[in-house]
Amino acid sequence: MMVTATNAYNKRMDGRNFDELREIEAKVGVVKSADGSAMFKIGDTIAIAAVRGPRDLYPRFMQNPKGGILRCSYNMMSFSVDERIRPGPSRRSREITLVTENALMPAVDLSEFPNSVVDVFIEIVQADAGTRCAGICAASLALADAGIPMRDLVCAVSVGKVGGKILVDLNKYEEDYEDGSSDMPVAFLPRRNEISLLQLDGGMKKEEILNALELAKKSCVEILEVQRNALMGKYKNG
Amino acid sequence: MDNISREYLIKFLDKGKRINGRKFDELREIEVDYNVSKHAEGAARIKFGDTEVIVGVKLEVGEPFPDKPDEGTIIVGAEMLPLSSAEFEPGPPSVDSIELARVVDRAIRESKAIDFKKLCITKGEKVWMVLIDIYTINDDGNLQDASALATLAALKQVKIPRYDGKKVDYSEKTGKLPLLSMPVECSVVKIKDKLLSDPCFEEEKMMDARLTVGVTENNEICAMQKGGKKVLTIEDVNEMIEISLKNSEKLRKLLK
Repeated sequence: MMVTATNAYNKRMDGRNFDELREIEAKVGVVKSADGSAMFKIGDTIAIAAVRGPRDLYPRFMQNPKGGILRCSYNMMSFSVDERIRPGPSRRSREITLVTENALMPAVDLSEFPNSVVDVFIEIVQADAGTRCAGICAASLALADAGIPMRDLVCAVSVGKVGGKILVDLNKYEEDYEDGSSDMPVAFLPRRNEISLLQLDGGMKKEEILNALELAKKSCVEILEVQRNALMGKYKNG
Repeated sequence: MDNISREYLIKFLDKGKRINGRKFDELREIEVDYNVSKHAEGAARIKFGDTEVIVGVKLEVGEPFPDKPDEGTIIVGAEMLPLSSAEFEPGPPSVDSIELARVVDRAIRESKAIDFKKLCITKGEKVWMVLIDIYTINDDGNLQDASALATLAALKQVKIPRYDGKKVDYSEKTGKLPLLSMPVECSVVKIKDKLLSDPCFEEEKMMDARLTVGVTENNEICAMQKGGKKVLTIEDVNEMIEISLKNSEKLRKLLK
């Protein structure tokens, strides 16, 4: 596709480099009564996650005697965006719940908890794009905080192509960029560089996708660092 | 799904074979039938081997969204009928049927296959809504690709009915719905270390991970969705896209 001078995206509206993440803040233990919890803020997107469990799973027919199950829920608070979202599940939130579950599942080992469930509740408090990725980052921290056996943390970030440029961590303006924006949320298990979430909205060539994946991989290392510090921050003094 | 059948399936794969006799990157025989319903504005029936779906498109006049006053819209729904599989139950849409519909929607929308501005009747007041409904008839795996192909096939048939400002006259057609691109979807599943195109029911049940890739006629990738509970590597993704690019061309050629 030809990129004309009018729609090329040569400078990011918030002044970041193309491979630069928004400012990240992470904190564990934000929900006191939960078994594990975390807040993950990236730019103006804020997610909180709480883990409850392992606990008995009901209805009983859903129980698995071979191990526990992971059950997620992703929700955007009604006031998290300009135009109010009607409370309750939507088609979008149910799909994101599904892919979030799949993104976290490879990282946890619930074989020690037959017939039980680990519930992960994700709430988006404020949205400026990248909410499912922020939700996954928060959820993975909350799982670790809850002491659930894990093979790895999960780091997620959105990469994409905006006005012909490959870049990381799109904000809302970039996601809605007039003359062409492709958004590709990715989650990595960084220890072995395994991909557990991959979606794409928008047009990209194969080579661009591979470049974007490399960019996501690199950025996930930075996210991991923040996640690690957040966990250490809670436990080094306790 | 029990482990014995997975082991059986993997034993086959290790010998370079699939339980259905296909090559790893081979599609099933595909049938396209346009003779579905004369009341639909466009419809198609697609069979991928024993997997069968019907997609019908209806047009209705509706109000545009306030932020896009001069654009029509599409609404994609999928019904996984209990008739089509022992695993589907009656009731509100399951998460699988929501995913099916949303991933079909994604490829159509993101490839800009439909010129939404052309669907405007009166700015800010009336636009055409393109209602796409997917019904599964038999599930032998890969409902996703069959549904995406059936949707494109049905959209290509759509003729816009006459509208006099008050009532839609479905018996009279004014012209075709112009399509700007031809997105199809190709799914590849990973089982152990093998990548398989167009998975059948058993392969889909026993997959570790899946990647659905939406591809336009320019080999541009307009949509992706990873499925399944296990992981993929960057090399897997690379190879899966490569296979999908190749197969997408074959799928597109089947449509008139």
